[in-house]
Amino acid sequence: MKALALLRRLGLPMIIGGFIVLFWIVVALTIDLWSPYDPFSIVGRRLRPPSDVHWLGTDGLGRDVLVRTLYGVRHSLPIALVVVLVSSLGGAMLGAIAGYLGGKTDSVIMRLVDITLSFPAILLAMAVTAALGPGLGNAAVAMVVVSWPVYARLMRAQVLTMREREHVEAAVAAGAGRVRVLTRHILPLCWSPVLVNATMDLGQIVLLAASLSFIGLGALPPTPEWGQMIAEGAVNFYQWWVALGPGLAILSVVLGFNFLGDGLRDLLDPRSAQ
Amino acid sequence: MTAPLLEVRGLEVAFPSPAGRLAALRGVDFHVAAGEVLGLVGESGSGKSLTMLSIMGLLAPNVEVSGSVRLDGEELLGRTEAAMRRYRGRRIAMIFQDPMTALNPVIPIGDQIVEAIRIHQPGLSRRSARERAVELLSQVAIPDPRARAGQYPFEFSGGMRQRAMIAMALANDPELLIADEPTTALDVTIQAQVIEVMERLRRDRGIGLILITHDLGLVAGVADRVAIMYAGRVVEQAATAEVFYRPRHPYTRRLLASLPRFDDDVDRLATIDGVPPSPARRPPGCAFAPRCLDAVDRCAQDDPLPRRIGASAVACHRAEELPA
Amino acid sequence: MPLLLLGIVTIAFALSNLTKGDPLISIIGERQMDNPEIVAAAKARWGLDRPLPERYLRYVGNLIQGDMGISLRTKQPVARDLMDRLPATLELVIAAMVVGVGGGILLGVVAARYRNRAADHGARFVALLGSSLPVFWSGLLLLFVFSVVLGWLPGPGRLDARLTPPPGVTGFYTVDALLAGDFTTFRLALTHLILPACVLGWAVMGIISRLVRSSMLDVLAQDYILAARAKGASGPRVLVNHALRNAMIPTLTIIGFSFAYLITGAVLTETIFSWPGIGSYTVDAARSLDYPAIMGVTIVGGSAFLLTNLVTDLAYALVDPRVKLG
Repeated sequence: MKALALLRRLGLPMIIGGFIVLFWIVVALTIDLWSPYDPFSIVGRRLRPPSDVHWLGTDGLGRDVLVRTLYGVRHSLPIALVVVLVSSLGGAMLGAIAGYLGGKTDSVIMRLVDITLSFPAILLAMAVTAALGPGLGNAAVAMVVVSWPVYARLMRAQVLTMREREHVEAAVAAGAGRVRVLTRHILPLCWSPVLVNATMDLGQIVLLAASLSFIGLGALPPTPEWGQMIAEGAVNFYQWWVALGPGLAILSVVLGFNFLGDGLRDLLDPRSAQ
Repeated sequence: MTAPLLEVRGLEVAFPSPAGRLAALRGVDFHVAAGEVLGLVGESGSGKSLTMLSIMGLLAPNVEVSGSVRLDGEELLGRTEAAMRRYRGRRIAMIFQDPMTALNPVIPIGDQIVEAIRIHQPGLSRRSARERAVELLSQVAIPDPRARAGQYPFEFSGGMRQRAMIAMALANDPELLIADEPTTALDVTIQAQVIEVMERLRRDRGIGLILITHDLGLVAGVADRVAIMYAGRVVEQAATAEVFYRPRHPYTRRLLASLPRFDDDVDRLATIDGVPPSPARRPPGCAFAPRCLDAVDRCAQDDPLPRRIGASAVACHRAEELPA
Repeated sequence: MPLLLLGIVTIAFALSNLTKGDPLISIIGERQMDNPEIVAAAKARWGLDRPLPERYLRYVGNLIQGDMGISLRTKQPVARDLMDRLPATLELVIAAMVVGVGGGILLGVVAARYRNRAADHGARFVALLGSSLPVFWSGLLLLFVFSVVLGWLPGPGRLDARLTPPPGVTGFYTVDALLAGDFTTFRLALTHLILPACVLGWAVMGIISRLVRSSMLDVLAQDYILAARAKGASGPRVLVNHALRNAMIPTLTIIGFSFAYLITGAVLTETIFSWPGIGSYTVDAARSLDYPAIMGVTIVGGSAFLLTNLVTDLAYALVDPRVKLG
């Protein structure tokens, strides 16, 4: 009964989202143990439609699409995690500093935020990746560059609100140092919007990474990366199954994180629930 | 007395809730004649606004409404939404507490009045409706009505907004006007203007008026009759003078005692302790008993129904014995 | 605003100097490096022999004159390339905006009207699906279904390859065809536009409908909604005339904001649909590491975004009478 009550509190979207994300995490960790084929080897005739041997058919080289799709999560999830972790921590830290110190520091950081945000994300990401040279690693750097400002903005707004709270003023009056006030009394109260945004961002980064790979700036062949696989599917346009697996994979991961983020927001901020 | 313009009988309203059905109105009875002003008085939460919304048929569909609401003898309860729309704004019009929030901020005042006219007179040309709107604005003493009609609510002062609201309510010559706390959000000096306008309407056009308020002082000057509501029921109803000079319900007496008077010292101002009970935690007997200074054992067990005493209708077991 | 514009240019400049190797290569291309004349001319023009600050000023100076350098891939001035391709992108983005904003408002209103009922959940799911779908995949899939399997809509491109485009007045094929009175071309241009516009529009529907829903819920709780019903106004009239008009005010910001998403989506959608616009140009430039073109697009894209924000502010004044342009 207790478990049921907990599930009810979490809500259906969060359960579905959690289930999807959990599924992909398990796949990423265990696929080596049970995968029937190697993602790189040619296991059949090329461009065969789905059959009972190759459930999602074979691609232009004769590799199994389903296996490659499942292996793809090993590129997408870690990259998204690292990018979101670095940009949320870094961005939040800069935002906190800007909000807490104010003055010149604040205006310099926020100017940078404004300028970065005035680029459509993909254009800036493409420009950065192009400048650094194609590859998943450089694409990850580019994605950090485009995604940190949102966190800086969120965190700054939070810190500005919290700074006015009485307990903070009390701590200052009691003689606590600046760093201590910020880390002990302000930051612990500021995390929930950052957390919600980071969860939603995980999906968006998976999408952006796939987009960059699709364009040819991210993962390079023969990596089984979803965007890269869809690009191969676009070449074999009439063999619809080549792009089906990776497309559904991206969709499910993005939906999963969106659901999770939505549910998390309702949990952390009861006002927005109703 | 002729047949009343509006007759409300045994009106009950109940909300579904996780804890079961909550009775918010428990048999409300009153009537208003043409050209008459009824003051409906009570604290917030007593059911005044609910009464008004159920007369207009504006409650959510999952709210249970029963009893009878008759306008000129025709039953309004149980009508379809489409049928009710033909009454709203045409035969019964409404004025809201805060004209700032009750006027649509992004539509010019004139257009809002034109809309009210054309909903019920679709055949009328836009130009004639416009003329009519300007005329209505001038009737409620808006200066330079033609120019004002093109302005937005935020460009009007508080008093002008409420008068514009009245002009809109009058757009289709309604027989009955329901004013919900029409002066509460206004300054005292402006209150007088608005009351003056409503007074004139009643006199000149014979409109029946229900004045909903928590302010007994306002009612004293305007209303012909007064109905005092408490916890979803009318606890005392009589002619205004009767209520003021011979209050029979202990609650009425306490309300009157809390009115400031010119000869009063400020510190003698009496207030009523406690708050009205919510529908969920109403006591089994008289709803006022827990706050009543005159309550006896019986009051905690038996719920008193309104009965006639002299010229009043009172819902109190001890109405006769207590000194009026 | 001018500061932001300068920031955009500075970042683009910084990025072009970040590239590995000689920035000269990224301007004139590797093969031209053996030609001393060209190298000298380019050096003089871009001031590459000068210190960095002066180079920067020259870069900005060239930019003001509309000079973004020569594309390595097309061997044409980047500015001209962009101008040639702008109408195609604008036509697509505007059509997608109509789909996205129209659909987003519709879904948002339905969701708010039937709050917490099946229609609400349905509308929210459709919107969420749109923002979770990778456009470069949904585009492929829809193209396959509607063009190959069902044959209802034409394949990629703005027109069939054997047709000549209508005389260019606006550069919008649909508008130009109408101006020329050529209805066959108009029909073809429109049917070619439908699929990419829907794919792209669907992607931004989610953010718009989400905001429309929440601001509709706020507005529907207001007194003036009750007042409108008390006037005898019908349900649809209350919903559209009174509620939506007020709910549109906060929604405008997000419509301006969604433009950024549209550009992102356009880059990928144009690639899938072989749409000869700036998006596919960008992808081609990125694939061939055509730096001048990439920088040009980055600057133009950033400026376009700033411009949209300005237009959004202006639109505010139109919708909300309380805002006066000061």
